[in-house]
Amino acid sequence: MQPGAEMEPLVRFSGVQKTYDGENLVVKDLNLTIHKGEFVTLLGPSGSGKTTCLMMLAGFEVPTSGDIFLGQQRLNTLPPHKRNIGMVFQNYALFPHMTVEENLLYPLKTRKMPKQLAREKVDRILSIIKLDDFAKRRPTQLSGGQQQRVALARALVFEPNLVLMDEPLGALDKQLREHMQLEIKHLHQQLGLTVVFVTHDQTEALTMSDRVAVFNDGVIQQIDSPQALYEYPANAFVAQFIGENNTLTGRVKTVDGDFCQVQFGEGLGTRASKSLTLNAGDPTQLSIRPERVRLNGASQSLPNRYRTTLHEFVYLGDHLRLRCELAGNDQFYVKVPVSELCPSLAVGDQIDIGWRDEDVRALNAV
Amino acid sequence: MTAAMATLEQSPSGKTSGLKAQLRRAERLRKIKAVALIAPLAIFLIIIFVIPIGNMLWRSIDNTELQQVMPVTAAMVQEWDGSDLPNEAVFASFAHEIRDSRSGGGLGRIGRRLNYEDPTFRTLLTNTIRHLPAEADSWTLALQEISPRWGETSTWLAIQRAAPATTDRYLLASVDLKRNDAGKIEAVEQNQRIYQSVFKRTLLIAGGVTLICLFLGFPLAYLLATLPTGTSNLLLIFVLLPFWTSLLVRTAAWIVMLQSGGLVNTGLIMSGIIDTPIQLVFNRIGVFFAMVHILLPFMVLPLYSVMKGVSPSYQRAAVSLGAHPFAAFWQVYVPQTISGIAAGTILVFIMAIGYYITPALVGGPSDQMVSYYVAYYTNTTNNWGMAAALGSLLLLATLLLYLIYHKLVNQKQLVRS
Repeated sequence: MQPGAEMEPLVRFSGVQKTYDGENLVVKDLNLTIHKGEFVTLLGPSGSGKTTCLMMLAGFEVPTSGDIFLGQQRLNTLPPHKRNIGMVFQNYALFPHMTVEENLLYPLKTRKMPKQLAREKVDRILSIIKLDDFAKRRPTQLSGGQQQRVALARALVFEPNLVLMDEPLGALDKQLREHMQLEIKHLHQQLGLTVVFVTHDQTEALTMSDRVAVFNDGVIQQIDSPQALYEYPANAFVAQFIGENNTLTGRVKTVDGDFCQVQFGEGLGTRASKSLTLNAGDPTQLSIRPERVRLNGASQSLPNRYRTTLHEFVYLGDHLRLRCELAGNDQFYVKVPVSELCPSLAVGDQIDIGWRDEDVRALNAV
Repeated sequence: MTAAMATLEQSPSGKTSGLKAQLRRAERLRKIKAVALIAPLAIFLIIIFVIPIGNMLWRSIDNTELQQVMPVTAAMVQEWDGSDLPNEAVFASFAHEIRDSRSGGGLGRIGRRLNYEDPTFRTLLTNTIRHLPAEADSWTLALQEISPRWGETSTWLAIQRAAPATTDRYLLASVDLKRNDAGKIEAVEQNQRIYQSVFKRTLLIAGGVTLICLFLGFPLAYLLATLPTGTSNLLLIFVLLPFWTSLLVRTAAWIVMLQSGGLVNTGLIMSGIIDTPIQLVFNRIGVFFAMVHILLPFMVLPLYSVMKGVSPSYQRAAVSLGAHPFAAFWQVYVPQTISGIAAGTILVFIMAIGYYITPALVGGPSDQMVSYYVAYYTNTTNNWGMAAALGSLLLLATLLLYLIYHKLVNQKQLVRS
C-alpha cells in the first residue's frame, strides 16, 4: 500500500464458491477485498484455487455461488470483454501474427480509440517499457524478458481498472525473473496500478506484494503483509509454505497471554508465542526459522536452550546450514553466517542451540 | 599462458582445413546412413512417380509414329514447301514404305495418327494398299489413280503435320485450338469446342468442393481441438471412419441415399417438405455431396493438427483486451490457423481436381471432369497423345494455382516461424 493512498475497496469477493464437477469445491467460501492501488498476490501450491480465483475475476470462469464486485459493479454476469481488466498471461499470449506495435494497438482498436491518440498511447507505453526501437518486430523476434515487457505493456496500455497477472515470470530464468519483479513493482508504484498477481513462488510473493493471500485447498489460509506472513504465520501450512522452517510437535501445557508453555520431545519445554486458537492441553506444532536459532556461545543468554548432535554441514556460500537432531527430528536446521562459525566444529559434535520466546511459534497441529 | 597462446597463434590455416577434413570424415558415416534411409523411398518415387509423369509429359507432344513407320517419307515430306504436290521421290518412298508397313502393325499406328488429322485417312490408306501395284513408272500417277485425294495438297499437308518428332496438336486440342493448313493457330469449330468448358467445370467443382469442405471442416476441427482429449479422440475416429470403406462403396452408397426412391427423398416426402422427389443424384448436387463427404477428412486433419497447437490463451488474451469473442476468434485465432487452412485447401483442391470415379458414378453427362476424358482417351480410343495433353494441362493448372497460393499464404506465414 502506498503511503497516503486511500483505502478504497476496488475488488470484493463475497462468499464465492467454485466447483467444476459438482462434488469438490475448488474455491470455498472466499471473502476477499482488494483496495485501490494495492498489489495483492495470491500464493499457493498448484491446485489450491488461486488461479481459479483470478480466472473468475477475469471472467473466464463463473462462480458457482457468491458475488464478485469491481467497484460498485457486480461482475458475475458481465462478459470478460466488457470488464476493462488487463491481464498478463503465463505464456504472454502475444499475438504471433502481429508486430509489437499492433499487439499494443489491439486493445485500443477494440475500444475504437481515435488513431492519433492510440498511437500516442502506444508510443508512451513503449518508452515506459524501454522498447521504443522494437515496435515493428514480431513477438518471436524478442527475448523472453522483452516479450514479458510487451505483454505487460499490452495489459496496461488501455488503462484498465485492474491488472491481473497469472504467473507471468514463470518462464524466465532466475536472474531475469528477479529483474522483472522489481520492474513490475516499480511500474505498480509509478502508475498507481491495482494488481492481482498469482504465483506459486513464495520469494516472488514476498518481494513484490503489499499483501499476500496464501491459498491452500481452496481456502485463504492467511492474508497479510509479507513481513507479518513470515514472522507470524497463522498456521502450520503457512509456516511451511513461506520460507524455511523447523518443525517440532508438542503439547501446550499452560497459556499465558500471547505466549504459552509447550512440552516437546522427552521432557523438553519451551516458551513460545502462540496462535490465537490454542488452549492448554492442545497438540501443537512448533515452528522456528533456521536463522533464528542461535549456536553455542550466542545461545548462552537465551531462555530456551538444548543440546543437540551435529549431523551434517551444508555449504551455501554466504552461509552454512547445520543439520542437527533435536527431540527426534534429525532434519533440524540451523543457519549460520560463514564468518560466525567456529572452525573447530565437526560432524558428531554435541552443540548447544537456543532461541528466544518470540522466535518460536506454537501453531495448530495439522 | 604463453605456451598455449603460442601454439594457437602459430597454427597455420592448414590446421583449420585439417579440422574441416576431420569433421567431414566424422560426419560421413552419418550422411551415408541418412542417404541409405531415404534411398528406398527415393527409388520407389523415381520409378512410380517421376518416370511416369515424365513419360506422360513427353507423350503429350510425342509425334513419332510416322517417323518410325515411314522414316524416309517423313524426312522427305518435311523438306517439301507445301505449295504444289510433292515430287516423285516422296510418292515413291511413300508407296514402298506403306507396303512394308503392313507387317508389324505399322499401318494401324500411322492410320490412327493420321485419322486425328482427317477421320477418313485410315480408309484411304487401307484402300491404297489394296490397289497398290507391284511396280509403277510414276508413283505420282499410280497413287492418284487409286484415289484422287493423293493429288490434293491437303492430303500431303496432313502427312507433313504428322512427320516431325514433336507436335503441339494435342496440347492445342486440349484447349479447343488447332492449326489450320497454313499452320496458323485458330479455334476449332463452335460445335467441337469442349475442353475449355470441361477445364472450367473441373476448376469450378474442385473449388466449390474445397470451399464447402473448409466451411464444414473448420468448425469441426475447432471442436476437436478444443474438446477434452478423450472426447476428441472418439470424434476423430468418426472423422476417420470413412477411410475404412472403399471409395467405390461410399460413392455407391450416395447413389442409394440420394436417388428418387432413396432415403433422403423418402424422408423429405414423409416429413411433408416436398411432394415429389427432387433430383439429387446424377447431377451436380450429387457430385458435390459425394465429393465433399469423401474429401472432408483431408480438410479436417491438417486443420486439427494446426489448431491443436494454438493455445486458447490467445483468444482469452484478445477478449481480456476488450474484443468481442467473435472478433477475437476472427482476428486472433483464424490468422494463426492459416497454415492449416492452406494445407487443407491445397490438399482437397488437388485431390478434387483429379477426381474421376465419383463424378463418373454420381454425376450426369455435364458433370464430368477432366479425368473422365483422360480415362476416355486411354481406355476407349487409345489416344495417348490427347490423354497425356489433358493430364499435363491439369498438372500445369495445379502447379500454377499452388504457386499463387504459396505466394499468398507465405506472406502471412512469416508469422509462425
